[in-house]
Amino acid sequence: MWWNRTFVPLLLALLTLPCAASDGGFGWVDVVLLRTHNTWVVVLSTAVLGVASGAVGSFLLLRKRSLMGDALSHATLPGIGIAFAVMTAAGGDAKSLPGLLLGATVSGVLGLLVMLGIGRTTRLRDDVAMGLVLSVFFGLGVAVLGMVQRLPDAAGLESFIYGKPASIVLDDFRWIVALAVIVTVVSILLFKEFKLLCFDDGFASSQGWPVLALDILLLGMVTAVTVIGLQAVGLILIIAFLITPPAAARFWTDHLPTMAFLSALIGGVSGWLGASISALTPDLPAGGVIVVVAAAVFLVSMFCAPARGVLGRWLRHARLRHKIGRQHLLRGAYEILEADQSRPGAPDNHAFPRAELQGKRTWTPHELGRILRREARRGHIEDLPGSRLRLTEEGFGEAARITRNHRLWEMYLVTHADIAPSHVDRDADMVEHVLEAELVQRLEAALRKQGAWVPQPRSPHRI
Amino acid sequence: MSWTSFDTWIVVAGALCAVACALPGCFLVLRRMSMMGDAISHAVLPGLAAAFMITGSRTSLAMFIGAAAVGVLTALFTQWISRFGNVDRGAAMGIVFTTLFAIGLLMIRRAAGRVDLDPGCVLYGAIELTPLDTVALGPLEVPRVVVVMGMVLLLNLAMVGLLFKELRLSAFDPGLSDTLGFSSRLLHYLLMTVVAVTTVAAFEAVGSIIVIAMLIVPAGAALLLTHRLVPMLLIACGVAAVSSLMGHWLAIEVPSWFGMEATNSSGMMAVAAGLLFGMAWLFGREGGLVARLGRGARVSKEIDRAPRHGTEREESRPLP
Repeated sequence: MWWNRTFVPLLLALLTLPCAASDGGFGWVDVVLLRTHNTWVVVLSTAVLGVASGAVGSFLLLRKRSLMGDALSHATLPGIGIAFAVMTAAGGDAKSLPGLLLGATVSGVLGLLVMLGIGRTTRLRDDVAMGLVLSVFFGLGVAVLGMVQRLPDAAGLESFIYGKPASIVLDDFRWIVALAVIVTVVSILLFKEFKLLCFDDGFASSQGWPVLALDILLLGMVTAVTVIGLQAVGLILIIAFLITPPAAARFWTDHLPTMAFLSALIGGVSGWLGASISALTPDLPAGGVIVVVAAAVFLVSMFCAPARGVLGRWLRHARLRHKIGRQHLLRGAYEILEADQSRPGAPDNHAFPRAELQGKRTWTPHELGRILRREARRGHIEDLPGSRLRLTEEGFGEAARITRNHRLWEMYLVTHADIAPSHVDRDADMVEHVLEAELVQRLEAALRKQGAWVPQPRSPHRI
Repeated sequence: MSWTSFDTWIVVAGALCAVACALPGCFLVLRRMSMMGDAISHAVLPGLAAAFMITGSRTSLAMFIGAAAVGVLTALFTQWISRFGNVDRGAAMGIVFTTLFAIGLLMIRRAAGRVDLDPGCVLYGAIELTPLDTVALGPLEVPRVVVVMGMVLLLNLAMVGLLFKELRLSAFDPGLSDTLGFSSRLLHYLLMTVVAVTTVAAFEAVGSIIVIAMLIVPAGAALLLTHRLVPMLLIACGVAAVSSLMGHWLAIEVPSWFGMEATNSSGMMAVAAGLLFGMAWLFGREGGLVARLGRGARVSKEIDRAPRHGTEREESRPLP
């Protein structure tokens, strides 16, 4: 699609502009270009995490399960607490990352199974299942943490909730990158299956795909991203990473691969920019800045994206409204001229009072004035003194064309309405382009019989 | 274990919160907006921070107003994004509350020198400390939280009682509600306001985890047990109250199994509600897993016992 080719590089350029433009600021460029030794781990990890969660999040969004990440990330908390307690009791390193992550994964997967179980065996909806797992598991986590926090060495367990991006070390970075690569590769390999799952899971299961297994795999990947992200960026940020970039990407395209790619890109860029900003500013926690950057990208996308953005849609809507206004105006004028005509056949163009046009439809004087001004600018109609109006030569031709088209359509719908009128765009195209020539002839004959015949409009210019 | 008046007050405070949440929670669940409680309770952080920065004090009223205002804004923003942006409502909710939470964190951190706000305290609450802060109510020394939550509960009861048929109508058929002249959008925002007020009032005292759990879990359990709205509301309130008692007991009892001291009661109240839900899920009369298995076994036994001449005749019939 053209806008992908045009706007995606533009978006990228806009986002990278600040670092290119600020070569005067010494630290800024160094951080953004990862030249500062201390921050490159942090910045790269958040960016990589953003890429992975952005990709997985696309499927979640399309499956209308965005908040699944929220529920799953809360569900990991009891696992963290229990793993900590067990490791303390076993006398090992109570805060070894793999152990805590294993605990988090186990309880996350447990939460996931409960969620799917509720969805499949009761009449409760997805949102209840998510909220239930979230609150009960989180409650358990709070209770477990309340128990273990009196153990020695428990300080800092709570950083799992808010995250401490600044404390990511090289070892964590390896974990994050490895996981991100696995998640991304699996998403690419199973792209077709996940796509089917997102758009029509009923069809997928009737085609013999293991829908439940795919569902578990997809959500398992979400759990994995969540768990690894918890340590790095905290609970809230990982939720935002799973939801915001895909939702932002959705505005730009209707094509799933493009969307997943864009979403990964937005996630990565927000992580990278946010972590850089936070590294440069004292007391701005990276987690918060990254979420705000991602939200800003979302807002810009929501308004400016041409495909599904608010402004684009509003513009298309306005254009359609103008077109309909013009058609109503010109047809109204043509019908007035027809009514003035005593003999049958094409009416001739003469001036008529504006009040007569006003009575044609239920438009307010203000509305009519607006449409008239617009049409006068286009050279279709002219204002005469004494509040009279006259169609220009070009406007008259256009009016005849519109009226004829309208009547053919009406006739068509009346006589052949069983041919799904909703499937024909009634005013976008000329009727001849949609229907066969023979059918058009029959419609014209029928119109002639009723005396509502509008001849082929005269050409407004010399041929 | 020794039960003191202290424990009684904790259970009473928890039960009042739980019931106050369970009432609007039933309508949230019916409207498929269960996650709203979670969203609001995270999103109020900037409201708290702003109220603190503006007034410079931690008086409850300013905080309450700030938080409740942001809570309603959360609902409003979610609605706007999902309507104008054509975004799935869950996703819109997620975007709004994570962003607001992040903004709140940034505000708190920026003003770290002046603000003494602990985000963790918002999440966990301190239900154990509620009996310490008392007000005199006639001859009785009553914890302040109990008074506040009692008032919120009365408010919610009044809303459900006065607007019962409107809420029911708009929960089950918003279109019909609109055509009959009861704006379902207005009712939606009213419900959201009530949820926000309840959330904010409750989490200051007992932590948001109770709020999130009690908005969803009792209503979910009740929905498994009945098909009618009034019994659903009653069952939800019952589950909420029982889980408060059970949760506090669990919080004292369970840690002692591992030789530890009592743990956080509000977390355990959520767990207790989850256990009650699990029982409803397993042993529910119609949809329960056990009933379902029993029915399945009965049906297959009946099929086994049924006379088989149908199939025999099928097999013995000669081919034409």
